[in-house]
Amino acid sequence: MVAIHIVDRRLNPGSKSLENRQRFLRRAKALVQQAVKKSSHERDIKDVLEGGEVSIPLDGMDEPRFRREGGTRDMVLPGNKKFIEGDWLQRSGGAGGRPGGAGEGDSEDAFRFVLSREEFVDLFLDDLELPDLAKRKLAEVESEGIRRAGYSTAGSPANISVSRTVSRALARRVAMRRPKQEDITALEEELSACSDEARRVELLAELEILKAKAKRIPFIDPIDIRYRRFEPTPKPIAQAVMFCLMDVSGSMTEHMKDLAKRFYTLLYIFLKRRYRHVEIVFIRHTDRAEEVDEDTFFHGPASGGTLVSSALQEMHEIVRSRFRPADWNIYAAQASDGDNSTSDSELTGQLLTEKILPACQFFAYLEVGQDAGLTFEMPDSSIWSLYERLRLAGAPLSMRKVCERSEIFPVFHDLFQRRVRQEKAP
Amino acid sequence: MTDQRLFEGADWDFPTLQRVHDACEEIAESELGLNVYPNQIEVITAEQMLDAYCSVGMPLFYKHWSFGKHFAYQQASYRKGLMGLAYEIVINSSPCISYLMEENTATMQTLVIAHAAFGHNHFFKNNYLFKQWTDADGILDYLDFAKSYVAQCEERHGRLAVEQTLDAAHALMSHGINRYPGKKLPDLRVEEKRAAQRRQHEESMFNDLWRTVPTGPAKSVATLTADRRRALLGLPQENLLYFLEKTAPRLHPWQREVLRIVRHIAQYFYPQSQTKVMNEGTATYVHYRIMNRLHKQGRLSDGNFLEFLSSHTNVVFQPDFDSKYFSGFNPYALGFAMMQDIERIVTNPEDEDREWFPDIAGTGDTMGVLRDVWANYRDESFISQFLSPRLMRHFRMFHLHDDPAETAGIKVEAIHDERGYRRVRRALSRSYDVGFIDANIEVVDVDLAGDRHLMLRHTVLNGAQLNDADAKRVLQHLADLWTYNVSLVEQDATGKVLKEYVANPRGLAAVA
Repeated sequence: MVAIHIVDRRLNPGSKSLENRQRFLRRAKALVQQAVKKSSHERDIKDVLEGGEVSIPLDGMDEPRFRREGGTRDMVLPGNKKFIEGDWLQRSGGAGGRPGGAGEGDSEDAFRFVLSREEFVDLFLDDLELPDLAKRKLAEVESEGIRRAGYSTAGSPANISVSRTVSRALARRVAMRRPKQEDITALEEELSACSDEARRVELLAELEILKAKAKRIPFIDPIDIRYRRFEPTPKPIAQAVMFCLMDVSGSMTEHMKDLAKRFYTLLYIFLKRRYRHVEIVFIRHTDRAEEVDEDTFFHGPASGGTLVSSALQEMHEIVRSRFRPADWNIYAAQASDGDNSTSDSELTGQLLTEKILPACQFFAYLEVGQDAGLTFEMPDSSIWSLYERLRLAGAPLSMRKVCERSEIFPVFHDLFQRRVRQEKAP
Repeated sequence: MTDQRLFEGADWDFPTLQRVHDACEEIAESELGLNVYPNQIEVITAEQMLDAYCSVGMPLFYKHWSFGKHFAYQQASYRKGLMGLAYEIVINSSPCISYLMEENTATMQTLVIAHAAFGHNHFFKNNYLFKQWTDADGILDYLDFAKSYVAQCEERHGRLAVEQTLDAAHALMSHGINRYPGKKLPDLRVEEKRAAQRRQHEESMFNDLWRTVPTGPAKSVATLTADRRRALLGLPQENLLYFLEKTAPRLHPWQREVLRIVRHIAQYFYPQSQTKVMNEGTATYVHYRIMNRLHKQGRLSDGNFLEFLSSHTNVVFQPDFDSKYFSGFNPYALGFAMMQDIERIVTNPEDEDREWFPDIAGTGDTMGVLRDVWANYRDESFISQFLSPRLMRHFRMFHLHDDPAETAGIKVEAIHDERGYRRVRRALSRSYDVGFIDANIEVVDVDLAGDRHLMLRHTVLNGAQLNDADAKRVLQHLADLWTYNVSLVEQDATGKVLKEYVANPRGLAAVA
C-alpha cells in the first residue's frame, strides 16, 4: 500500500499568473497603448470604460528560437485512400495534406487578449495629467472633518462614556474602601437578631460608621465621569464638478453635438479617475441659458439666437449657490460652433475673466466644425477670436478646434498631455 | 470480486476519491504490476488550471513576462470558448502530483486517477530517459529554489537586468540540453545547496587586497595550440547554455546561476519531448485496463462506463490527413493503438506477427513485455521496433517526400504495403527523433587571442536552414550574453557555407 495524499487546493489563492500578466503588460505597454487608442476610436466612447479585447502585433513581444524551415521534408500521414507508391501530388491544393510544420507560430502574429476595465482605462489615460494651474487650490483642497480623539473630563452629557465612567468609579470605590451594601445588610440583620444589649450598642456604632462612610464616598462621583472627545481634523476633499456648456441653437448639427458629447465623456472618465466624487452640470443655451438633464442637453429641441454670456452667467449662479470653490474642484468645458452675437462679446469676456476663470481649475473651449470639414480651414469665429484675445492677455484658457470624431482623442490628449516642465530649466 | 459501486451518478467527494484511488491501486499493483511513486492528488479550480498551464505546468515557477503572455492568450481563448481545459496535469516528481479539475464528474476523476496517478506515474518512475535525466525527488525543491533565487536577483540587480538575462536564456533553451549522459546522475537538491555554499564562500573569502597584488608577465599564448585550446574549452559544444555559463567572459556570477537554472529546467523536460507517444500510450492503456476491470468487478455502473467510453474514444480519435481536424499524429491514438497491438501480438499473434516480432509473439506475458517496453524505449526506438504492418494498414499510413527542387510535386515514397512497411516505419520513427527535429548547432571555436569572437556552426540537414528573422534575434541574445561578436555559419554536409550571420552585443546584459 503506497501512501496517498488528497489535497484540496481550491481555496488556495488563484491568479498566480497575475504578476506575470502585469509584467507582460508593462513590457508591451507601448504596443498595448497603441492598440487601446485604436480600439477606442472604433468603439463608442461610452463603452471605453468597459475594457475588452485588444490585439497587438507580436514584434518585440515574441520569443525567438532557432527554427528550421524549408529543405526536403519527409512525412508519414494517416488515412491513405487512393495513393500508391510513386504517385506525384500537386503542391498547391489539398491533396498533399498540410505540411508538417503547420500551426507553428503563424497563428500568433497578431496577438489578441482581453484587458480588464481598469487596465484599459489606465492605459488609455496613462500619459495624461490634470493641468495644475499655477497650483492654486488643487486636488488637495481640505475641509474640516471630525474624528474620535480619546476621552476628556468635560463635554456634553450625550457624549458620556458609560463604560469608562463606571470602571473609574469602581476603582475609586475599591481604593477608598467604601463599605459594600452586603456588609451593611449583614450587620443590620445581626442587630435585629441580637439580644445582648452591650453587643447591640457595639453593632449600632459599627453600623453608624459604615453608613456614614458609604454616604461620604459616593457610588459615582463627578470626578469619575469621562466624555468621549472629538477633534476636528482636516480632510482632503476629493470631489469635482464638471460643467458642460453647449450652444444648442439651430446652427449646431447632430454631428457637432456628437463631437461635444465625446469630448465630455472623455473628460468625465478622466476626472472620475482622479476624484472619488464627480458631479456633472449640463447647461445649454441659445439666447438664454438653462440647466437641464443629460438627455435634454443632447437631444432636446431648442431654437433661438446665441448669447454665450447667458450660459456663463448661469454657471456663475450655480457655482455661487451650490459649489463653493473652496470645497469643489471645478472644471468646465464649453462646446460651440463659434457663433455669438457681436454685442455679447464684451459681456462674455468680462464674465469669463472676472467670475468664471478665477473659480475654475480648468476651462476648455472646443469649437466643433462641420462633418468632413478640415480643422485648419475653419475660419476664426467670433468666440474663437474673443477667447484667443483673452488667452493672449494671460487668461488660463485651453481651446481647440475639432471637425471629426477621430480628432477628439488627439485633441483631448493634447490638452492634458504631461508637460515637460520648462519653467524648471534655468 | 466485490460488487460494491465506487460511486453513483456524477457527484464525488473526497472519500470517493480515496476509494477510487484505492481501487485503482489494487488493480495497478496486482494485475498490471505497476511500480509507482507515492501519489498526491490535488483538486483545483479552472482558474488554477489556467495558471498551471502558463508556467509550463509546474506548481511553482519564477516570474517572467512570457508566462504572462501565454496566460493572457490562453485566458482570452478560454473565455471565448475556443479551448477546453485539460482534465488533469501530472508532474514528474516524487510524490507524483496530479491536478484534478473540480468540474470533472466522478467517472472523469476515476479515469484521470487511473491515467495520471498510475499510468504516467509508472512511466516517469521506470522509463530510462526519466531515470537518466530527471530527479523526481528534487524537482519541487529545486523549482522553489529557482523561484526565490530569481526573485532575489531581481531585488539585488534590478528587474530589467534579470529579465534580459532570462529572455536570452529562454531563447537558447532548446540548445541548453546535454544529449549524452555524464557520469553523475542529476541531483537537484545538491544543486541547490551548491549555489548557496558558493555564494557564502565568495562572500567570506572576499578580500580587496588581491586586486592590488601585481601579476606576473602574461604567459605566452602561442604555446597553446588551437587543438589544445579547443579541448580545454570542451569544443565543439552543442549545449550553448552550458558553454556560456562556464566560459562567457563577462557574466556576473548570478547570471551564470540563472543560465544554469534555465538549463536544468530544459533538461528536466528533455525526456518528455522524446516520449510523448509512449507516455500517453502507456497512460491511456493503463486507464483503459483499469476502467474495464472496475466495470467487470461491478464497481462502475454501466452508465458511468459508457461515459468513460465516450471520452476515451474522443481522446484516441485520429483524423485522416485530409480532414480539417488533422494536425499530425495524435500521440494518444498512436500510443494506445501500439500498446493494444503489442497485447494482441503477445497473446494472439498471426503468422505475419510471428515473422516480424519473433521475440514477443505468442509469449503470453503481456504485462511483462509492456513493462519492459515502457522502461527501455523512447518514441523513436519504440516505433522503429514495434509498429506492426497490421497497424500501418489500420491507420492507412503513407510516406511523402517533399523536395522543393522537384517540380513535379510531392512524391509518395511508400504506402502500407509489403514493399513499403519498413520504409514507412523508418520514416515515421525518424520524425520522432530529436536528432532530426532540432537544428544541430554547435560552438566550434573562440578567437581567444584576438577579439574573442565566438564561432557557431549549424550543420544543415536536408537543406532546412534556419528561419532568418528568428535566428538573428536569438544570435542577438547570444551576443548580449557573450558580450563580444558572435557569428553563425550554416554549412551543408559537404562543408559548403550556405549562409553567415554576425551579431554584435548591445552591451546591456553584462554591464547592467
